[in-house]
Amino acid sequence: MKPGAMECTENRSVDAVRLLLRVNGEDRHIIVPASRTLLEVLREDLDLTGTKHGCELGECGACTVLVDDDPFLSCITLAADVEGRAITTIEGLVRPDGQPHPLQAAFADLGGAQCGYCTPGMVMSSLALLKGNASPSDSEIRMGLSGNVCRCGCYPKIVQAVRDAAAVMMAERNRSVRPGKVQPMATTRKKRSPRRR
Amino acid sequence: MSEGLSVIGKRLPKVDSLGKTTGRTRYAEDLVLPGMLFGRLLRSPHPHARVLGIDTSRARSMPGVHAVLTGPDLPVKYGILPSSQDETALAEDKVRYVGEPVAAVAADDEETAERALAAIEVRYEPLPAIMSIEDALRRRDALIHEQPDGSNVHKLVNLEFGDVDAGFAQADHVREDVFFYEGSNHVAMEQHAVLASADEGGKVTVWASTQVPLYLHMALVKVLGLPKERVRVIAPPVGGGFGGKSDVFSHEIVAAKLSLVARRPVKIACSREEVFYLHRGRHPVLMKVRTGFTQDGRITAMDFRSILDGGAYGSYGVASTYYTGALQPSTYRIPAYRFQGARVFTNKPPCGPKRGHGTPQPRFALEVHLDRAAEDLGLDPVEIRLRNLVRPFSMTVNHLRVTSCGLKECMDAVLEASRFREKHGHLPRGKGIGFAVSAYLSGAALPIWWNEDPHSEVEVRIEPTGHVVVSSLASDIGQGSTSMLAFVVAEVLGLDPAEIELVTADTERTPIDLGSYSSRVTFMAGNAAVSAATKARQVVLEAAARRLRVPAERLVAKGRRIRDTSARGEGLSWEEAVAEAGREGPIVAMGSYKPPKLAAPYKGSGVGPSPAFSYSACVIEASCDTDTGVLTPDRIWLAHDIGRAINVRAVEGQVEGSIVMGLGEALLEAQDFRGGLLKSPSILEQRVPTILEIPEIHTFLIETVDPEGPFGAKEVGQGPLLPVAPALANALYDAVGVRMDEVPLTPDKILRALEEQARGIKSPRVGPRGFPLVPMTKEPIKVAPPDMDAPVLGRMG
Repeated sequence: MKPGAMECTENRSVDAVRLLLRVNGEDRHIIVPASRTLLEVLREDLDLTGTKHGCELGECGACTVLVDDDPFLSCITLAADVEGRAITTIEGLVRPDGQPHPLQAAFADLGGAQCGYCTPGMVMSSLALLKGNASPSDSEIRMGLSGNVCRCGCYPKIVQAVRDAAAVMMAERNRSVRPGKVQPMATTRKKRSPRRR
Repeated sequence: MSEGLSVIGKRLPKVDSLGKTTGRTRYAEDLVLPGMLFGRLLRSPHPHARVLGIDTSRARSMPGVHAVLTGPDLPVKYGILPSSQDETALAEDKVRYVGEPVAAVAADDEETAERALAAIEVRYEPLPAIMSIEDALRRRDALIHEQPDGSNVHKLVNLEFGDVDAGFAQADHVREDVFFYEGSNHVAMEQHAVLASADEGGKVTVWASTQVPLYLHMALVKVLGLPKERVRVIAPPVGGGFGGKSDVFSHEIVAAKLSLVARRPVKIACSREEVFYLHRGRHPVLMKVRTGFTQDGRITAMDFRSILDGGAYGSYGVASTYYTGALQPSTYRIPAYRFQGARVFTNKPPCGPKRGHGTPQPRFALEVHLDRAAEDLGLDPVEIRLRNLVRPFSMTVNHLRVTSCGLKECMDAVLEASRFREKHGHLPRGKGIGFAVSAYLSGAALPIWWNEDPHSEVEVRIEPTGHVVVSSLASDIGQGSTSMLAFVVAEVLGLDPAEIELVTADTERTPIDLGSYSSRVTFMAGNAAVSAATKARQVVLEAAARRLRVPAERLVAKGRRIRDTSARGEGLSWEEAVAEAGREGPIVAMGSYKPPKLAAPYKGSGVGPSPAFSYSACVIEASCDTDTGVLTPDRIWLAHDIGRAINVRAVEGQVEGSIVMGLGEALLEAQDFRGGLLKSPSILEQRVPTILEIPEIHTFLIETVDPEGPFGAKEVGQGPLLPVAPALANALYDAVGVRMDEVPLTPDKILRALEEQARGIKSPRVGPRGFPLVPMTKEPIKVAPPDMDAPVLGRMG
């Protein structure tokens, strides 16, 4: 779709709002009822069905996406509330060359996904964690993923996958730094400094 | 154990995992068709009521509403078991649980569908509701089904193997305990969803999140009254099943009917609350076990009784009832055994199979009971089990054929790693260690619908280009059946699993498989795949042999080549060999699997037998805070006799997943009702375990290489759940000296027992106080035990 083209799926006069959402680096214009959640917009209006819904009550974490760098439960977020902010979904993690993101590769390789239904949310929560803490301890990984339920019980494998992906991402970052410059071990964000035990 | 194997026994990624981690995998609810309508079901607000009338006229006249259905539109009864055809898709005269569907609509969007449901008027006459086992047995003022005997008892089982009274007469010590195991929902992360599309010729295609596309197909054919060829069921990848998607559901039939009526595709996606009400989850079970022992701890006889709270419909309940008594003798040699089981109807969401189907409840009872008996006899918990351990390649008193059995090896592994014997009875107050073992089926030996056909067929097709396509009706619910097929075929053909194309779970395009239940797929579809791939390979090897001018017996398929084992030559590449073999088109080979005849000649013998049993042993070390009653598992060691791991990482994943679900049942999850309503129809309130509840887990895989399993493999999806709850209850006793004879082991119950202890009450415990009398209308079926030591599998044993 061309940038700026209308993607109007519902034309309701009642409380319809016109929104400009920035999803996976692309500008998407939509007209939707003001009550429409971000999850509904992603899945039904933008056909980004990688984001899952497991409860629509904000309980399970399957619908987690990033808004800027923060994990958001898209099922209890109104699309109108995140207008203008950078939204990243599981589809947006795949690299431009088609290669999976290190988290996606590690989850796949290390058994972090069985049925796979919680996986997009788990991966997005993991990414949010790693953005704030580039080399988390196991207990920090567990805290970071405590809002995501995996009924298949992949939890031990997921911890391992996040640990491995963190190492790969760190190595990638170090490779991309010019020689002679010191790369900080962890890129920490202002508000959330990683806790160490 | 996997010498000479290239794929089997490795830690390869599953073939479909990258689709899942990148969001590309399409589950049923992700599917969209042009012109698609949204269906919704109107559900009963009453646990038990007569339906006096339904007025749909306002809903029918609403703009955007394309079809409205009520009971008379779908009058044909169905049910998963031939003996329990007791459900209709929409209730006609009566509703029997809150959430039972009474009407359905299809509309342009979900909001319009919801408004249409609100416009439907149903007049109910509420009836007294039966909400407990005790009421179901006692009360006569509310009859849930039109049972001929005027009771709410759905099923009675009364079996006696050997001379039980004589066995008890020989006992030096007899112990009796009563237990209760709480019900719970599967809570698969994917909520049930279906998309149905009827074409202009009246053929309907149904995409459903189902573990049993074959049984759904059968039910649709029956209820819709269509010829078999006019119904096609496809199961896209399923977002978790655990037994919760192995029944036929109202919304699946309704979506198909709505699509036929509206002549548009119809999707129904259930909400989380609806999933809790359509249920088919773990049966709450009340149990009484009485066992006679000799002074040195040998079992002389056992009497096991169970009462299952079945909820409002039959579902798998007849099988569930038998399962509460079937597997006790699979781990211990019981010379004489009586089992009396009853399933009662209540006005609750129907229960069915959940991971372990009817066996985690009696396993909990049995393993705690044995620990208590050991204490009575002055034995340690390991010793009493060792003295009664089932022997490999033997028969059990109830005619189960046990073949490969690594139970002893499993015990050794966890006992040694955990240093159980040093710790048990010696840890400080508040710290404890507990032990339990279990067994589970690698697929039921008998089909649900009696027939002589294979239980599984797999087609292997080698295109002239060398490309391989494997077809099977097995549905991947996250357990990895698709990957299993790829691994097995790749091993036989000497290829890379990633290059095998899979066509699965489509009743029109794939050969038969009974479904992803009873831990049967690896064993049965796996064997069928080995057979198909071996036949296809033979064609390729023979062609290569002609070309290379060597006998085919000397050739092997390995590393994408056909090589001569006794010569140095390069052989042929896979493509060259296939081109040689497939000059006249693709090579197509079909393999099938049918279990050996294992049922004994008595009624009820069809539930329990399996071509192979998996075994597990579990040790849990736990802490109990005596001020708060909070019990925390600290470390778990679990060893599982897998026969052979087709894929080590996938098997570990199943063991760990079973432990996590087992911990949920042992510690957290409960199904509480207020009136006919669930108090907790949500994930948080059922208290599903999160990553924070999971202790350190040590997994051990024991490979006994089963003589009949594919590459020696057995099941892993369900068995490892079973010993978790009893091992934890036994650890609690070791920690603080109180007995918990029911799960979940919640802080309030533990505190209650601790208070009893503080007051000086002897043997403090929390659990059921008694066991109601079940009127056994029939005399027991008396079955002579087999010769338990006769050689099983003849020369193989």
